Amino acid sequence: MEGAVAYESDLNLKATELRLGLPGSDEAEKEALSGVRNNKRASPDTSDECGSKGSSNGDRENAPATKAQVVGWPPIRSFRKNSFQPKKTEAEAAGMFVKVSMDGAPYLRKIDLKVYKGYPELLQALQHMFKFTIGDYSEREGYKGSEYVPTYEDKDGDWMLVGDVPWDMFMSSCKRLRIMKGSDARGLGCGA
Amino acid sequence: MDSKRKMDSPESNVLTRSSPFPDEVLERVLGLVKSHKDRSSVSLVCKDWYNAERWSRTHVFIGNCYSVSPEIVARRFPNIRSVTLKGKPRFSDFNLVPLNWGADIHAWLVVFASKYPLLEELRLKRMTVTDESLEFLATTFTNFKALSLLSCDGFSTDGLAAIATHCKNMTELDIQENGIDDLGGGWLSCFPENFTSLEVLNFANLSSDVSFDALEKLVSRCRSLKFLKVNKNITLEQLQRLLECAPQLTELGTGSFHQELTTRQYAELESAFNNCKNLNTLSGLWEATPLYLPVLYPACTNLTFLNLSDAALQSGELAKLLAYCPNLQRLWVLDTVEDKGLEAVGSSCPLLEELRVFPADPYEQDVVHGVTEMGFVAVSYGCPRLHYVLYFCRQMTNAAVATIVKNCPDFTHFRLCVMNPGEPDYLTNEPMDEAFGAVVKNCTKLQRLAVSGLLTDLTFEYIGKYAKNLETLSVAFAGSSDWGMQCVLSGCSKLRKLEIRDCPFGNEALLSGLEKYESMRSLWMSACNVTMNACRRLAKQMPRLNVEVMKDEESDDSQADKVYVYRSVAGPRRDAPPFVLTL
Repeated sequence: MEGAVAYESDLNLKATELRLGLPGSDEAEKEALSGVRNNKRASPDTSDECGSKGSSNGDRENAPATKAQVVGWPPIRSFRKNSFQPKKTEAEAAGMFVKVSMDGAPYLRKIDLKVYKGYPELLQALQHMFKFTIGDYSEREGYKGSEYVPTYEDKDGDWMLVGDVPWDMFMSSCKRLRIMKGSDARGLGCGA
Repeated sequence: MDSKRKMDSPESNVLTRSSPFPDEVLERVLGLVKSHKDRSSVSLVCKDWYNAERWSRTHVFIGNCYSVSPEIVARRFPNIRSVTLKGKPRFSDFNLVPLNWGADIHAWLVVFASKYPLLEELRLKRMTVTDESLEFLATTFTNFKALSLLSCDGFSTDGLAAIATHCKNMTELDIQENGIDDLGGGWLSCFPENFTSLEVLNFANLSSDVSFDALEKLVSRCRSLKFLKVNKNITLEQLQRLLECAPQLTELGTGSFHQELTTRQYAELESAFNNCKNLNTLSGLWEATPLYLPVLYPACTNLTFLNLSDAALQSGELAKLLAYCPNLQRLWVLDTVEDKGLEAVGSSCPLLEELRVFPADPYEQDVVHGVTEMGFVAVSYGCPRLHYVLYFCRQMTNAAVATIVKNCPDFTHFRLCVMNPGEPDYLTNEPMDEAFGAVVKNCTKLQRLAVSGLLTDLTFEYIGKYAKNLETLSVAFAGSSDWGMQCVLSGCSKLRKLEIRDCPFGNEALLSGLEKYESMRSLWMSACNVTMNACRRLAKQMPRLNVEVMKDEESDDSQADKVYVYRSVAGPRRDAPPFVLTL
C-alpha cells in the first residue's frame, strides 16, 4: 500500500512548485484553458511579427503567468501592441519619485515631486536635504551667484536647468535631478 | 480600345443583337457603374452586357488572391488601371498563420507588366511584397500613381526608396501597419526635387527618422497634398512647420504630441491648427497630454473621424476635446478613457456612427481599468446612429447588450470582444447567448458579427435563424457542439466569410457546409475538432474548393489543426510552402 502512494504518478509536486500565481488560482487557470486547445503553438512567426518595430519582443511574455498565454488573443493587431505604452498617469501613481544626485555626495536620494506645489518649495526642500544654498532664479542668468545649480534630465535625455519651464511641464518631463557643482555648472547660465 | 475590341468579338449583325444600344454607348453607360458588386450583377445580364462590362472595367477587386489567377483576370478584363488584392486569411493579423505562407504579389506584377503596362493603382491587404517586387513595380509601370499597403509584409524601406525614386507621377503612398523592416528614413529623401504630384502620404507606422528637411520641402512643393500622416518621430515643432506649408490638408496624422514648447512655440502651433479649417480626419497624437490637446480645438470643427487609438487619454481630456467635435462620425479610442469617457462620447457626439475602443493593456489580467458594459450603454443612449462598433472589454451582461441594440437597431458591424475567453454574464453568471440573440433579432441590417464570452449552441441557433444579412462571422472559444456551426451554415444565406478558432466544432459541422462553401469566399477553422480525413472528404467532393491544412508540430497525425477552405477557379495553388498541405 505504501509503495503505491509514494511512487504513484501524482507526487503532488504541484504543492511544492514555484509559480507566479496566487495560491488557489489553479482552478481558474484550468477553466480558462478548457476552451483552449494546443495553446503552446510552435509557430515560427512569434518572433517575427507583422508590424514589428524592433520593440515588440516579448510582448506576450510580459503578461503575468496566472492564466496561460493564448496565441493571437485578444485579437489585437501587432502594430497596436508595439507602438503603445500605457501611460501611467501621475494622478493614479502612488507618487512621482525621482532620483536626486549631488556632485560629490556619496549616495543619491529620492524625492516625490508631487509633494511640492512649485519650484520654490522644491528648491527649498533640495537645499534642506543636501545642505547647500542656491541663489535666485532668473530667466536670463539662471541661478546667479550659486556654487550649485539644480538641473534635471528630461524625457529626451537632455540636461536642463530647473526653473525654465512651467511647473506642470517640468513635473511631466523630469526623469531625475542632479545638483551640479562648481565648474560643471558654469555652462548652464551662471555667468557668461 | 475600340479597335482591339473589334478584333476580339465577331462583327455583330445589327438584326441579331440583343441590346438596342451600340456597344460604345453600352460601354460608356456601364463605365459609370463603380461598385464591383454592381458590376458583377451587370455582367450576368447577357453576353453583350458581359462584354461591355469587361471592356469598360478599369478597377478590379479580388478579395482572395488565390481564388483566381492573374492570367484569368487579365484575359477577362483588358483595360484595368487599378487593382485591389487581399491575400492571407484575416487571422494572420494575430499570428495564427506562419510566415512564408504565400500571397506574394510578384507573380501578379509579372502578368500585369505585360497585360496592364499602364497600371496606375495597386492596393494590397495582407500580401507578401518584397523589395524586389517594389523595385519591379517602380521601374516597370511608368504611369504608376497610387500604392497602398495595409498589413503586408516582406519589404523594407529600401523598397519604398525605389518607389520614391522612380515613380514620377505618384499621387498616393500609403504605408499602413505593415510588417516592414525599417532600415532608416532615407527613402523619403528619394523623391526628386521636381516631384510635386503627391496627394496622399502616410508613413505613420514606420519607426525610423526621415529627414525633416526633405519632408518639409516635399510638403511645400506638393500643393495638392491632402492626406499627411507622419510618424512618431516628428515633433510638435516640426508639425507646426508642416502645417504652415500645408493648411489645405483634409486628413492629418500627427507625430508625437508631447514636447517642451516655449510660450511662443505653443502659440504658433495653436495658430497653425487654427488655419487648418479643412481637416476632417485626425490621428497620431502619440503621448498627447492635457497640456497640448487644446491646440487642436480650433481645427476640430469639421472633424468627422478622430483616431485617438495611439493616445492614452483619460476621461476628462477626452470630454474636453469632444466638446469641440460636434460633427464627429467616427471615433477610435483606447480604453484608458474608461466608462466616464464614453459617457462624454454619448453626450457630445450625437452624429456618431462608428466607435472602436481598443484595450491599452490587453494582456494584463489584474487591470481594474478599461471600459465595461456601462460605457457602451452610455454611448448607445447618446448616439442613435451608431452602426459600427468594435469594443474590447473585460465584462459584459446580456441585459446591457439588449439595451444597446434597442437604442441602436441599425448596427451593420457588431464586434464585441470580451477579453477573457469563455467569460459569462458577470452579473447572472449565465452564458452570453441572449446578448447575441438580441443583436441578431434587433439588427436586421447586420453584415458583420464577432462574438465572444461564454456561448452555447443557442447563440448560433439565433444567428442562423435571424442574421439573414450576415456576411462575416468571427467566432472564438464558443459553442457546445457541431450543431452550432451547422445552424450558421444552413441559416445565414448571405454568409461569405466564416472564421473560427478554438471551438468544439468537428467533422459533422465542417461537412454540413459542403455546397455552402462554394458560395462563400472562405472558411477558416483552427484548434477545432476537425480531422484530416474529413478535410480529405471535403476536398474530394468539392473539386472547386481549395482545402488547405496546416498542422501544428505537437499534434497527432489525424488532427487538422488549421483548416482554410476557399473557392477558386484557379485550382490548387502552386506556390504552397511545405507546411501547407493541399488536399
